[in-house]
Amino acid sequence: MEKPLTKNFKTDGSVCSLSEYEKRGGFQALRKALKMPPGEIQQMVTESNLLGRGGAGFPTGKKWGFVPMGKDAPRPKYFAVNADEMEPGSFKDRVLMEGDPNLIVEGTIISSYATEAQAAYIFIRWGYKLSTERMNKAIAEAYEKNYLGRNIMGSSYSLDMYIHTSAGRYMCGEESSLINALGGKRGIPRTKPPYVVTCGLWGKPSVVDNVETIANVPHIVSNGAKWFKGLSLTEEGGTKIYGVSGKVKKPGWWELPMGTAIGEVIQEYAGGMNDGLQLRGLLPGGASTSFLTEEHLDTKMDFASMAKTGSGLGTGTITVLDDENCPVGMVNNLESFFARSSCGWCTPCREGLPWVSRILNSMEAGKGEISDLEILREHTVFLDTGHTFCALAPCAMNPLRSAMQYFGDDFKRHVTEHRCPWRD
Amino acid sequence: MPTIFVDNKPYMVSPGQNMLQACLSLGFDIPYYCWHPALNSVGACRMCAVKQFKDANDTKGKIVMSCMTPANDGTRISIDDQDAVKFRKRISEWLMINHPHDCPVCDEGGECHLQDMTLLTGHVYRRYRFDKRTHTNQNLGPFITHEMNRCIQCYRCVRYYNDYAGGRDLGVFCWHDHVYFGRSKDGVLKSQFAGNLVEICPTGVFTDKTLARHYTRKWDLQNAPSICPHCSLGCNTIPGERYGTLRRIRNRYNSHVNGYFLCDRGRFGYEFVNSGRRIKRPFYRQAKKFELMAKDIIVEKISEIIKASRNVIGIGSPRASLESNYSLRTLVGPHRFYNGLSETQTQVLSTITEILKNSPLQSASLSQIGMADAVFILGEDVSNSAPMIELALRQAALTKPSVIPEKMHIEKWNDYPFREAIGQEKSPIYIATCNTTVIDEIAKGTYRASPDDIARLGFAVAHEIDAQAPAIGDISKEMKAIAKMIAEDLKAAQRPLVISGTMLKSRSLIQAAANVAYALEKTGKKPLICFAPESSNSIGMGLLEHKSINSAVKAAERGPVDAVIILENDIYNHVDSDTAEQIFKAVKNIIVIDSMRNQTTLRANFVLPAAAYAESDGTFVNNEARAQRFFKVFVPAGDIKESWQWFRDIMLGAGISEADKWKNFDGIVNDIASKLPVFKDINKITPRADFRIAGQKIPRQPHRYSGRTAMYANIDVREHKTIEDNNSPLSFSMEGFDGRPPSSLITHFWAPSWNSVQSVNKFQDEIAGPLRGGDPGIKLIEPQQQAAGEYFKEIPNGFKINDDELLILPAAHVFGSEEQSAISPSIAELAPKPYITVNPADAERLVINNECEIEITLSGVTHLLGLESSTAIPNGIAIVPAGLKDLQWDGLPVRVKLKRR
Repeated sequence: MEKPLTKNFKTDGSVCSLSEYEKRGGFQALRKALKMPPGEIQQMVTESNLLGRGGAGFPTGKKWGFVPMGKDAPRPKYFAVNADEMEPGSFKDRVLMEGDPNLIVEGTIISSYATEAQAAYIFIRWGYKLSTERMNKAIAEAYEKNYLGRNIMGSSYSLDMYIHTSAGRYMCGEESSLINALGGKRGIPRTKPPYVVTCGLWGKPSVVDNVETIANVPHIVSNGAKWFKGLSLTEEGGTKIYGVSGKVKKPGWWELPMGTAIGEVIQEYAGGMNDGLQLRGLLPGGASTSFLTEEHLDTKMDFASMAKTGSGLGTGTITVLDDENCPVGMVNNLESFFARSSCGWCTPCREGLPWVSRILNSMEAGKGEISDLEILREHTVFLDTGHTFCALAPCAMNPLRSAMQYFGDDFKRHVTEHRCPWRD
Repeated sequence: MPTIFVDNKPYMVSPGQNMLQACLSLGFDIPYYCWHPALNSVGACRMCAVKQFKDANDTKGKIVMSCMTPANDGTRISIDDQDAVKFRKRISEWLMINHPHDCPVCDEGGECHLQDMTLLTGHVYRRYRFDKRTHTNQNLGPFITHEMNRCIQCYRCVRYYNDYAGGRDLGVFCWHDHVYFGRSKDGVLKSQFAGNLVEICPTGVFTDKTLARHYTRKWDLQNAPSICPHCSLGCNTIPGERYGTLRRIRNRYNSHVNGYFLCDRGRFGYEFVNSGRRIKRPFYRQAKKFELMAKDIIVEKISEIIKASRNVIGIGSPRASLESNYSLRTLVGPHRFYNGLSETQTQVLSTITEILKNSPLQSASLSQIGMADAVFILGEDVSNSAPMIELALRQAALTKPSVIPEKMHIEKWNDYPFREAIGQEKSPIYIATCNTTVIDEIAKGTYRASPDDIARLGFAVAHEIDAQAPAIGDISKEMKAIAKMIAEDLKAAQRPLVISGTMLKSRSLIQAAANVAYALEKTGKKPLICFAPESSNSIGMGLLEHKSINSAVKAAERGPVDAVIILENDIYNHVDSDTAEQIFKAVKNIIVIDSMRNQTTLRANFVLPAAAYAESDGTFVNNEARAQRFFKVFVPAGDIKESWQWFRDIMLGAGISEADKWKNFDGIVNDIASKLPVFKDINKITPRADFRIAGQKIPRQPHRYSGRTAMYANIDVREHKTIEDNNSPLSFSMEGFDGRPPSSLITHFWAPSWNSVQSVNKFQDEIAGPLRGGDPGIKLIEPQQQAAGEYFKEIPNGFKINDDELLILPAAHVFGSEEQSAISPSIAELAPKPYITVNPADAERLVINNECEIEITLSGVTHLLGLESSTAIPNGIAIVPAGLKDLQWDGLPVRVKLKRR
């Protein structure tokens, strides 16, 4: 099967230099793109049905279509690549940046050209040191070869690209918080409308796209929308990097056709559960997705199919819960992460998530009370979209709500037995 | 006009609002925290949640924040929907998780928005069983106490301080439930509008530190509508008193003048009223003899002097009320009454009043300043002389670029996107001063020069706008280029504004400012003009009298003058000591009425204790000729009396019949209105003393005022008769009309369920609009449409530097330059030490650059000043702080030779 995203990865973990990348066909897509009007590139991306790989699955071409274009558009315009990957359980963007930074650079240049951006920022998570190092080198080499800077490849298009290291907050992975942080403000989200595509960085039109999304763009330009759709098993175009972590035989990542079933990823590629363990549940795409169980293993891992289960594709990196692990403990771990991550702007998230986290801690310590369960349940109802300022708290409630649905007895036992039953 | 539906009933509302504003204007009680009428909406607290329905058939609806929902035609919400009610209750529960059980010991209690909203939502029982998070507090200076445990993270403080007031040193720190608002380290908050935090903060995080030193609950305070006496802008205030001492100043909303805010000088400068320097009893002094006198005795003695005298002169004061000045004027006769200013000050002030009276120019209110889209400031450091102008200018900076969010269909109430879209764009503001100013940071251009050169720039700008305006013969290329730039921006504006003032005592600056405004008027623009004189009643005095203290000296020399009466004026602040001495030497009987001991009272034979503004009824005319009324908050103790009453009693004793009409305050107000055409409307500012609502007076005390009899129970347990107030419709009690009185008589803002300052909402027809029935105050002068402003033609020569001299100019300081507030301890703490600032090039030229202290002699007094240097000071000029103790006022500007120590 074709693996456009990872075909340049080296097995020894080292990375291609820019000239090696060129020899393997790199920057041909850019050459081709610069001869097309930006609108045509947008058209191609729309037809390819590339959905945003950050977790929300918004059609990329459609997002670009909202950017005001032409000589009367407000300027300067900006492009930001969301490399702030902090969704617990996700590591696909790191894999891409460490494995083929040149692809990300080329994809960003083409995408910036398609939206008439003058500057592109790679907003990269502080902890991703190796990625930062490799991306820096790729950018420097691109400048040398005039793939960046003034009049790229002799065209009239100029672009500057910068690495911006995030100060390290999960909230900055959200597009409007990212724009705020990039602009030197507190990394809190913005109210929408207006969306960042019209009023973004410093009030100017800005596009924010995920690393994996961008990685697909050069291939779409080179090979066309039809080819891209052909890679997938469903309507949603392209390949996807899926991952599995947890007590499976071969935890890791694999580039597979979009729409590969959950069970196939876990059994075929991750080798199934470790000996002696059973699958209890799984988070399909990061801590913000709801638990699924073995009844969902046939579900195709694309955005639409996953949404039908009540959970979501998210980042497509699966975390597996085995039957010897305490679900309450797992949820406690996740909720303490979310509580720590709250930006503190809106009341329900700022006060509610720490409360939830303290209750779960207390349950794990054997000090839970029956009324706690009602309080937890209420939070899963009240921390809903529109009730909070952004999606962080509603997403934080996904694992809790689904865990109480599927593993409700475990929660009750913690309270009635005054201990965690999984610990002796 | 859009129609909205609230719980299925239709209502018409004004366009361009959000649902929270619209519903509050209609009288609905939707709880909120982070929204504020001056700060608009951000949608952070989630407290204003309501259910929105798509149409009449939608029964499910979804929860939205009313502050972030546009009040468009057809918008349909329910406030009472059970889901919304439950959600709002939950918000209260979340906010109460970490909130300390401080109410009994918290300063905010009784006027706490958090208390009110928590009650409104119905949240009562605590389910949270874990520890509360706590914070350490910071020392933020003498005005504001910091108690972070109480914070509910509404973010109002930083939004107000940074976005609205332009401050930089208050920020947000940390995340989730550890969010902290403070400075990066302890220290005085730098913005002089920081004091508004005590009203902005909905709980007790930021509270009035000066109040804390003599704390009283809000409901125990006796209040009255008052006017700030500390500059000429006339911000409306509500001072509060208990047990005979003034406790605090609160903002009194007025949509034209101060709006929701005050400056720190106005808010914290009141403690002089309680000062130990107050004169409490009348006394007589002659050589070494000192004798306390009973008030009727001293009145008798003075009446006798008046009866026996043929020539008594009176020196009034620009900081005394219209009534006090008028009564002195009547006593001595108009041709013997002097305005209490120096000749130079008089010339500048009369230039201003002539311009206001005889020109088509519109005098700008503070709210109009906030809507200007191009500004030119000539000479005046408004941040320090009339501080609220700075706050208004910071809003004006947003006026011109507001077209950017407008084009993007972002409403003004949607605060963050509105400001994001504007970014760093600003309305063009040009500041021509002798030194850097705080608002340089929002200026498009600054011009540093001597007063005369600034005036020349002004004349040049006028000429660039209208070639008919006089030109400068010898204009430099540099000045011409700058003048062109300023003229272009003023011409392109919809609401251009010209500002000047009296700090530098330059008539040329006033004339140049007028020329610019006339030029704009003649080219079809509608310019606004703003003159900022020094004192609370400068314009009132300017409309009353033009004879200066120097004229009084001449009169005293021509002689003989039997007595001089000086009203609430330390004349050493206006004229040099030689001039002052001439009066005291030439006159036998020196009678002084004032509230505070000062240099003038030290020279007096008869001293009568005057009531301070908070103990008086009176009228001040502000810088835009708006006549405003203040009522006494409390009856002064012992022998202290209002000046006009002293004069009345003296006149009655001396048989001067005009005083018969002044049986009460209405009497003298009516007398002024009938005799002096320019003041004909001052008896319409407030209702008469016999005004009643349903037979009741308006109480000064809230209905929960306590301790009335307990206060004196250690002395006796009788119910004492309430002090009667025959001078106003207000009573010195809590009994009286319980509802909302006419806006000029509001003694405290309160409404059922709304105990905090948010209750102002209930007194407005529309949120952030005028008070119901109109804001109090009457403009005495309207633009004369028929008059065409005549250009002033006296262009000053360019500033010439003399070899070993410097021109010493006064610099106003918000804390320290104004006479009365400077006595308040918290203000005095922040006043600068005396200094002299020169340009380093001059320091070298005069060979003083290695000194740290300089001696200068002004008006015969030698001062030792710390030497500072700044490249912003133009060559040949030195700046000293104005109004500081011992720095003679009218000595400046003056050319002086500097001496090395």
